[in-house]
Amino acid sequence: MADGVKPRVKAPKSASAGEVVVLKTLISHNMESGQRKDKSGNPIPRSIINRFTCEFNGTSVIDVQMEPAISTNPYFEFEAKIPEGGNLKFTWYDDDGSVYEETKSIKVG
Amino acid sequence: MDFTRRETLALGAGAVALTVLPFRVNAAAEDAIAAFTGGAAVADGGVNLTAPEIAENGNTVPISVSAEGATVIMLLAAGNPTPGVATYNFGELAGSASASTRIRLAGTQDVVAVAKMADGSFAQARSTVKVTIGGCGG
Repeated sequence: MADGVKPRVKAPKSASAGEVVVLKTLISHNMESGQRKDKSGNPIPRSIINRFTCEFNGTSVIDVQMEPAISTNPYFEFEAKIPEGGNLKFTWYDDDGSVYEETKSIKVG
Repeated sequence: MDFTRRETLALGAGAVALTVLPFRVNAAAEDAIAAFTGGAAVADGGVNLTAPEIAENGNTVPISVSAEGATVIMLLAAGNPTPGVATYNFGELAGSASASTRIRLAGTQDVVAVAKMADGSFAQARSTVKVTIGGCGG
């Protein structure tokens, strides 16, 4: 599942210092749970994103450990405190070892 | 009231699932909670779990959870083949201990959120979600 994975992040472009902003993230991924069977009855092996992290200038905002019960195209909405201008870095870790990244910069002023 | 063959079968399957499932799956969920809390007492209240009362499609059920002062929140679906859903670790710059996501539910069941507070205590909230079509594809 390394192809066709596209992260999308909605974050404000600017904030005032210390403001709490809402972040919305979505990444296209099958999130094969390992519970389903194919037409001939063989189980389809699990293939999910198992971890999602968000950091602001290297400081952790949220770190989510994900299980197969997370829906296809995992969506997360959470809040971050923005103390100064900088970059938000979003990282998704796939079962197959792939890492998907997205960065958004936020200006303070 | 007349039942078609299909409805009768569905009712029968539902009745069997109701009698068998709670006993079997709650044990797994309780184990997961115990592993998370290390056996500490879990208080009720202090955690807000927002889940729909009825979910038509078990593949994407919107869930949001918040707990003021929590550092870690674990989300469990007591009736899924594996009860774990997600564990949120809130970092230094988390604006609030709250998060929303979409989860899969295999059938009608309780969703449980267990929060670990900054002082080391635990709190939980439960919400029953009725699922019309299960989301595990089995």
